[in-house]
Amino acid sequence: MKLLSIDTSNYALGVAILDGDQVIGEYITNIKKNHSVRVMPAIETLMKDCDMKPSDLSKIVVAEGPGSYTGVRIGVTIAKTLAWTLNIPLTGVSSLEVLAASAGRYFEGVISPIFDARRGQIYTGLYQFHEGKLITKNKDQLILSKYWAAELKERSEKVLFIGNDLLLHKETFEGINGTQAVFAEITEHNPRPAELALLGRDKEVEDIHSFVPNYIRLAEAEANWIKANKEKIRK
Amino acid sequence: MGEFMTNKDQLIMGIETSCDETAVAIIKNGREIAANVVASQIESHKRFGGVVPEIASRHHVEQITIVLEEALNQANISYEDLSAIAVTEGPGLVGALLVGVNAAKAVAFAHGIPLVGVHHIAGHIYANRLVTEMTFPLLSLVVSGGHTELVYMKEHGHFEVIGETRDDAAGEAYDKVARTLNLPYPGGPHIDRLAQEGEPSISLPRAWLEEGSYDFSFSGLKSAVINTVHNAEQRGEKIKPEDLAASFQQSVIDVLVTKTSKAAKEYNIKQVLLAGGVAANKGLRKALQEEFIKLPECELVIPPLSLCTDNAAMIAAAGSVLFEKGIQSTMALNANPGLDITIHN
Ligand SMILES: [Zn+2]
Repeated sequence: MKLLSIDTSNYALGVAILDGDQVIGEYITNIKKNHSVRVMPAIETLMKDCDMKPSDLSKIVVAEGPGSYTGVRIGVTIAKTLAWTLNIPLTGVSSLEVLAASAGRYFEGVISPIFDARRGQIYTGLYQFHEGKLITKNKDQLILSKYWAAELKERSEKVLFIGNDLLLHKETFEGINGTQAVFAEITEHNPRPAELALLGRDKEVEDIHSFVPNYIRLAEAEANWIKANKEKIRK
Repeated sequence: MGEFMTNKDQLIMGIETSCDETAVAIIKNGREIAANVVASQIESHKRFGGVVPEIASRHHVEQITIVLEEALNQANISYEDLSAIAVTEGPGLVGALLVGVNAAKAVAFAHGIPLVGVHHIAGHIYANRLVTEMTFPLLSLVVSGGHTELVYMKEHGHFEVIGETRDDAAGEAYDKVARTLNLPYPGGPHIDRLAQEGEPSISLPRAWLEEGSYDFSFSGLKSAVINTVHNAEQRGEKIKPEDLAASFQQSVIDVLVTKTSKAAKEYNIKQVLLAGGVAANKGLRKALQEEFIKLPECELVIPPLSLCTDNAAMIAAAGSVLFEKGIQSTMALNANPGLDITIHN
């Protein structure tokens, strides 16, 4: 069982190979450079270093979003095309879940992975490790970070915040949550593609043709169109 | 390998996602269509009155593996039979291009097949090679929603732009005029249809530009049409839309045909190829045919309608000659929305 995992959903680019119970290769960068130019060469290099041919692969796992629309699309397009063309199964995993798994395994409270979504908004969810398994407590959503902080305050549990975008929202969470808030170390903010592979290993398989990113948001034009049509119906 | 092929057959897969069509095709020996699949999104974009880039990109991800599979089934081949994969790298909508480019890279990597990046306009020009063999030197008139160009070719892969639009593309002018006449999107075919029913009785400008230039300009014409409509409205008069469509179309076609014919003579052109989506325009086809009957030493080639609009067969056809010239892309191939057409020697 050789798994290739791909995550290009945010700035960090991650590729890993999981061979049975061993992570035999992992590649991560966190630079503002084009995923489209870099992800296939990264896969090519990593597989070559691991002495693997594409035909050795038995499953593809991809971070399905949320994140940058373009970034998620690059990863999902490559993953579904590889899986389809090699005739092997494909599994999608929430990009936030991958981030939660990357730092929270031994944390006793709940985990809130953060991706910035501009204008004070974040993509986040709420996760918790329970007997070694990552449980989704609140599903992924788009929310203003101040509302999210208020929501977490009511739960009065310890919360671990993770993510490279945390810097933009740290004050909001510090201010409202006080001692409740725990912030991951900088070495833990990049989503680990090896965790992605592990999460995807036992997850259900997707229908490759119909598999699409989880954008969370509608395209702006679509949202406007729906709004305009609802107003038309009301009139 | 299928029985109908010999070992020498060159099979190229083409992938095209530069705008609102997800397309995959397979071409044999540069000229024969083995498969040609196009999934159009036009119905989805109609409600917005134009192509919405983010929505186009989303549809491409939904369609890409389905279209790939259908093309392989149609051609009845497997990956081992492919000589190369050609993909549109630009110009076009960046998010849309990225889906095709990354899908192409994934297939190429998975099966160790050479990859060739293709310019979208080179594709439109090479659609003609699926109809008839090219004779050099040739001249291609490329007219589409984003392009109005005269491209000179002295041999395969040699794309030299001798004239281009300085403002709007002809197709863009069609869409804007269609909007002024309250015609549904996409406007081009509606204007063409109306024009057949009207008379070119309204005087509209023709931008010839400076002496000897093969460049185009359509923004003045577009403004003149809009002004004509507004002035008539203010005077309480009604303009027959058929006549306005006919006059507008006549003005566009006059400039396109005259410049093409002049360049054909100056460059001693043996073959003139019509390319791009606007090549579907009946008025343009007819005017070119009438003009080139007068130039018997120059063959006029107009591809069938299905090959004029965006498709992947044309990308594979262009990719075929580039591949034979030894041109290949790496796994770092990117989408380039503003890609210039280049001369490959
Ligand atoms: Zn086109």
